[in-house]
Amino acid sequence: MSRAFDMKDFKLLAETRFEKREIHRGYAMRTMHVDVGARTMREKPVSEEMKAKFTGGKGFGLRLLWDATEPTTKWDDPENEIVVAMGPVCGNTNYPGSGKSLVVSLSPMTGVPIDSNVGGYFGPYLKFGGWDALEIQGKADAETIVFIDNVEGAVRFYESPAGLQEDTHLLADELTRAFAGGLASSGGGASADPAELQAISVISAGRGADHSPMGVLNFSLYDRRRDGIRVKQAGRGGIGTVLRNKRIRAVVVRYKGVGQNSNDAADPAAVQRLGLKLHREIVQNDDKQCKMRKQGTAHLMEVMNDYDLLPTKNHKYGQDPRGPELASWVWEKLFSQNLPDGCWFGCTMACAHAVDRFELRTGPYEGQKVCVDGPEYETAAGVGSNLYVYEPEGILELNFYCDTYGIDTISFGTMTGFLMECWELGVLNAERTDGIDLAWGNWKGAAQVLHDMADGKRFGVLAGKGVKFLARYFAEEYGADPRLMRDIALHGKGLEQSEYISKESLAQQGGYYLTNKGPQHDEAWLIFMDMVNNKLPTFEAKAEALHYFPMFRTWFGLQGLCKLPWNDIEPADNGKWPESNKVPEHVHNYIALYTAVTGEKLDWDGLICQSERVYNFQRVFNIRQGHGRREEDYPPYRAMGPVLEDEYLAREERYDKQMREKIGVDPAGKTTAEKLRITREYRQRQYDSLIDAVFKRRGWTSQGTPTPEHLAELGMDLPEVLEVVKKRL
Amino acid sequence: MIKYLKMDASKCVGCMSCVSACSRAYAKEDNPAKARIQALGLGSGRFQLIACDQECRKCVAECPVQAIGVNKQGVVMIDKSLCVGCLACVAVCPIGAMRYYPAEPTPFKCVACGVCAKACPAGALEIAEKEDSPASRFPFDAIAAVRGEENRGGQA
Repeated sequence: MSRAFDMKDFKLLAETRFEKREIHRGYAMRTMHVDVGARTMREKPVSEEMKAKFTGGKGFGLRLLWDATEPTTKWDDPENEIVVAMGPVCGNTNYPGSGKSLVVSLSPMTGVPIDSNVGGYFGPYLKFGGWDALEIQGKADAETIVFIDNVEGAVRFYESPAGLQEDTHLLADELTRAFAGGLASSGGGASADPAELQAISVISAGRGADHSPMGVLNFSLYDRRRDGIRVKQAGRGGIGTVLRNKRIRAVVVRYKGVGQNSNDAADPAAVQRLGLKLHREIVQNDDKQCKMRKQGTAHLMEVMNDYDLLPTKNHKYGQDPRGPELASWVWEKLFSQNLPDGCWFGCTMACAHAVDRFELRTGPYEGQKVCVDGPEYETAAGVGSNLYVYEPEGILELNFYCDTYGIDTISFGTMTGFLMECWELGVLNAERTDGIDLAWGNWKGAAQVLHDMADGKRFGVLAGKGVKFLARYFAEEYGADPRLMRDIALHGKGLEQSEYISKESLAQQGGYYLTNKGPQHDEAWLIFMDMVNNKLPTFEAKAEALHYFPMFRTWFGLQGLCKLPWNDIEPADNGKWPESNKVPEHVHNYIALYTAVTGEKLDWDGLICQSERVYNFQRVFNIRQGHGRREEDYPPYRAMGPVLEDEYLAREERYDKQMREKIGVDPAGKTTAEKLRITREYRQRQYDSLIDAVFKRRGWTSQGTPTPEHLAELGMDLPEVLEVVKKRL
Repeated sequence: MIKYLKMDASKCVGCMSCVSACSRAYAKEDNPAKARIQALGLGSGRFQLIACDQECRKCVAECPVQAIGVNKQGVVMIDKSLCVGCLACVAVCPIGAMRYYPAEPTPFKCVACGVCAKACPAGALEIAEKEDSPASRFPFDAIAAVRGEENRGGQA
């Protein structure tokens, strides 16, 4: 167990006082800029123009990051920032899923801005001190803790004391207990009052982030029922690695007094009414729909396996007879979630489940019992079926250590799947892995890679660099076939793909790879619409979906909202309405919620336009950083179709049928190698046509550059934006 | 033991004395929408009485900030200083006994004080006691199951 710290253990290095400011209709109209190198804090006003064009959340984050960096800025330059931004709707307690922060930074994995949507109390607590966003810039010369006390009105920089734990489950606990009560409390911090403990939230990374670019930011929340700390992750793209590179041990925020109308909504009764309507919908329908309250996103496991979509052996297959061993009912039994577990107050969807008193079997905490947050679907698939691991305890172990070391479970799962396939192919062997056996299903081998990543030792250092690096390295150093390595290294732009099989859905290939940040499922999830229900038969229909859904989903990130209560719960009669895939009633709820909070009118087109402005700005940001080219928007072939002969043969009937009916070639008498080639050429042509259609629909050139005309239509023809795109026209 | 408001709707005459008394006592005005007890007309001279039974405690389990607890007499109470006004308790209440008033920051419910029973001319209401039940113990058993050092990296 960790020792107890209190405030006198923390050496104060610098302090800046500030005036607290009330939120007015969802906005504070100022942001906080922290320079950890200079140990200074300054306030920046938010202009009406910034509000009008960037809305909030991810929009504010990207605007601030753009202004703070140069086209030449790399992720580990001092001027790179971590921006945490909330959005106008963020922090309301009535509408489920309203506690999200958006974090942006130049990613160590991709070199372009990453955006990550995260729960936990940090964002709302930061906001209610009177801040629309927090920029963290600079590099400290010693391990630093930044404390934002929104109760007292002070930002303090502390030297991280000796003996402070590094692993998240202990560090966040120590810091929460040390800072509870703030300086003004008797004795200065270390209050045991649950209300004071609940008033603290900690952002930290872990040891893994010291040695790997796939480090997460953990956002804590104090769970009163457990008297323990839970963490939610800004998981993708290595923002935790940026934090550690800045030598920041943690950022701690304190705020008390969250209430029904902390946002000073224009119409608080409407916020209540809309929230209560959705609470009731969830309470009544969830058991019949997604069972989010009992199973969380793990409810998807058997559905994905049934539809050949559950990543199995590095996305080689989408199904396995052992799939049901990881089904939702298995997790439901393991989750000690007799009580609702949400990541922000008032989220009745409460999908943040946990397994309590789980006994670890490997690593530094072997034999200890811990609370494991999750697993969510992505984790259960990524470090489960994708590694051919069908033991829930193996998945829980990997989930726990990823979290506490601060490693992204998605990148880790996809990366380890790649390693295991390389082991199967003979590219890796015990000599090259420092003795770690990476046979399919060996979760203890995967755990050893993870421990080595955290320790910055042995094979973990190499493995942790991610599949883009590894594919090239294995080809150059170990003589592996470079094309095969490229084909099976599942990443886009350097970011590992998340955990759905996209082979049989062209639209989903676009949903993954025609993204600004890399292949993450939060922009578009079109597999069922496209593959199962065949509702997107033409390129134009696919392009329309790849315009609408990424724009619509971007909007959650502008507001500080979670996507899950949009379509993981639906009105009972949703299916009767046209365009039920959009869950129109919920879209109308969101529009009404935005108006109720901000007092500003909005309609469906206006909602999409808010997103389009920011989405196009992000694309131009990529271009400014020397990326954002068409050729960066292609998937590795494993995401598009069968790479290997046995992969083809396992679904031979399907692929042969497609060859006859779609390609117009008779497969009879052809070798598997020939059939692989024909299928591949066809699928790659299809993807090329898809890009053309999508870029056109998005108002971009065939090279993926937003046109000045389109930017003008959106009101985003800002001089600095036009200057960038004109160089690419 | 659980102290609660025992209601006999068959004796209710629909005079609304209970509703008025409750609303005046807690909201300082005579407004049925602010009363902790509801008397709803069903037609044909019959009425439905709604107030918290103090026993199901779904709201206690649901509250994300433990603002809803149970006092020594077994009555479910809301601590307004802890409440964040999310209204999850209103949504999970199976009988609509947890209520809110538009734009007021916190919800409200019957606390078995007996003001209404004194006002009732028909003897339909009385303060009574009943035994604890599995439902009434559930939130506390569930919390006990996940608390403790052994869940924070403690030795097995």
